[in-house]
Amino acid sequence: MKHHPTSAKFPSNARTALADPVLQGALRNLKKGFPVKRAEVVADLPEFEALRDVARDIKDHTLNHLDAYLEIYEANVVRSGGQVHWARTAEEACETVMTICRDAGARIVTKGKSMVAEEIGLNAYLDTRGIERVETDLGEYIIQLRDEPPSHIIVPAVHVTKEQIGETFRAAHNGLDPNRDLSEAREITDEARDRLRQKFFAAEVGITGANFLVAENGSSIIVTNEGNGDLTQTLAKVHIVIASLEKLVPTMEDAMAVLRLLARSSTGQEFSVYTTVSNGPRRPADLDGPESYHVVLVDNGRTAMLGTENQEMLRCIRCAACMNHCPVYSAVGGHAYGWVYPGPMGAVLTPSLIGIENSGHLPHASTFCGQCEQVCPMKIPLTKMMRYYRNQAYASGHGSKISRIALGMWSYLATHPGLYRRVMKIVARGLRWFSGRRGSLSHVPLAGGWTEMRDLPAPEGETFMERYRRERGWGPGQ
Amino acid sequence: MSAAREQIISGIRKALGRGPLDETGLAPIRQRLKGHSRHIIPARVNLDAEGLVELFISKARGVSATVEAVADMAAVPQAVARYLTQENLPARLVQAPGLADMDWSLAPTIAARSGLAEEPDEVGLTPAVAGVAETGTLLLTSGPETPTTLNFVPPTHIVVLRRDQIVGAYEDAWDRLRVNTLLAGRQPRAANFITGPSRTGDIEQKIQIGVHGPLRLHIVIVEC
Repeated sequence: MKHHPTSAKFPSNARTALADPVLQGALRNLKKGFPVKRAEVVADLPEFEALRDVARDIKDHTLNHLDAYLEIYEANVVRSGGQVHWARTAEEACETVMTICRDAGARIVTKGKSMVAEEIGLNAYLDTRGIERVETDLGEYIIQLRDEPPSHIIVPAVHVTKEQIGETFRAAHNGLDPNRDLSEAREITDEARDRLRQKFFAAEVGITGANFLVAENGSSIIVTNEGNGDLTQTLAKVHIVIASLEKLVPTMEDAMAVLRLLARSSTGQEFSVYTTVSNGPRRPADLDGPESYHVVLVDNGRTAMLGTENQEMLRCIRCAACMNHCPVYSAVGGHAYGWVYPGPMGAVLTPSLIGIENSGHLPHASTFCGQCEQVCPMKIPLTKMMRYYRNQAYASGHGSKISRIALGMWSYLATHPGLYRRVMKIVARGLRWFSGRRGSLSHVPLAGGWTEMRDLPAPEGETFMERYRRERGWGPGQ
Repeated sequence: MSAAREQIISGIRKALGRGPLDETGLAPIRQRLKGHSRHIIPARVNLDAEGLVELFISKARGVSATVEAVADMAAVPQAVARYLTQENLPARLVQAPGLADMDWSLAPTIAARSGLAEEPDEVGLTPAVAGVAETGTLLLTSGPETPTTLNFVPPTHIVVLRRDQIVGAYEDAWDRLRVNTLLAGRQPRAANFITGPSRTGDIEQKIQIGVHGPLRLHIVIVEC
């Protein structure tokens, strides 16, 4: 089934999510897990902060010379016996993958986790063209069986409970004892292993994503914990790597510097279990490995981000640290964001890729606490970029009439200091008067949402400017 | 040359506000690709050989691998036999053709076959290119002597690592692979950095060891 973007419905998606007790339990787990482990391993690497600067510079350098590095990368893939296919759009990328599958006579295609595959809608594309697509990452497999989109970019089934997975497996896996025990993660994992084993060996084509493409030697690198990505690419006859342009780095040394940040930021591991460097098809005397190796390079909006306010987003390595630390993501989960990329990185990337007109709420889905920026290993200025998209949303007429009028009035006021000071004097005194002896207000017009949960401490009656003038004896005029 | 390629490359140049790089522009890029210059290497690997071995062992154990040291290659067959018995595993294994010198007459209970791994092989035995002390990581490469399936298909993976193969950082390990590549004339198809047995946190974020890759990773360090 194709999952259409519902980003435009963020407020109602969020309300539904907040009222879902199962989801809220899962999100509480998430908050206790990754951020705690991340803090531990970061504390254990004194070089972490300095490496963030290094990583930022590596990606900036690569992006500023992307044409040259892509050409060198392509030449090296060809030298290693592989092929590179260029795709401007999602449609072109899907067609390319399908053509390779058809040429390989593929019936069964195994697939490792790939966010760009989600982005271009590859799953639905293959499913509707007679391919039996098998997701091999356990989380992806679970949501494939449940026909749901991922709710997190690292742990896609984070919203599903153990009990629900047990039920899903019972319904999907025919030919097994219907009363078998699936109450524990161990049994569930073993059953998935058995089922997928057969598929790994039967698949004609294996598709993986890439965490890095390396210009120096034309290699692709994937990082996994389960080993599914390795079985996917080693056992199939054809290995297809699908990757967006910005995965490129110049050298192995560059990749290794960023790798030191990736797992630590992501799952709080020092290093993922498997970091696999793939280089072309099997060599003549090799006993195993794919007979052919294809890379589908996907643009789908990347070149349009280059040289703009959005270029810095192309440094993103999809570690999920921003969402793991985001109070908004922690409250509503990934599905509320309505498309492939949730959390702060999604709030920036989604408008870049599907347009602010389809995702105007997302840059507002932030308290601007700035945690995302503090943990981002690539130092992407996420709040600055969300602010940019808030402006875009406003400029394109997004938002309710009342909020637009209020913002319009505010911007007029804020850009006229004399008027601002006079109005503030009245407001400060007014609020002081209304609050009476309590010194706080339990209701403020147009701010009902804010005062519903807490009282607003009232001003003392004097504005900051007045006080400054009184104490220092000088200041801006009235 | 495809139309898509042309359009993407020219789109990038337009976005960056320039044409193709000339020789002067390409020179630093070529230099970077050839220079292999390293970035920051964690100070934790500034140790002597003894210290690196200790760090490697403690890091590998920290990610649920098991490690034992033996005196020489002749001691490996018995160590493997002991391990299989202790873990209650069948006395059958598939070994990398590169380990053909292994003298199994020293552990007669073991039935060893050379080649790639298939279902339902239970135990794979392989050499490694390097051990990285930084995080207790092994580097293995594919080749006629070392099929990659041995690292992933059997639920138990035993790796024979010589003590002098233990290095500090990933970059040190990759330099060893670069030397091999120069000798062979070609980079191996696959280079696998392996840090512990396979795992998942996909079910309620509780770590389960042993998913699609091995459930057990046992490292035998050979002193000389």
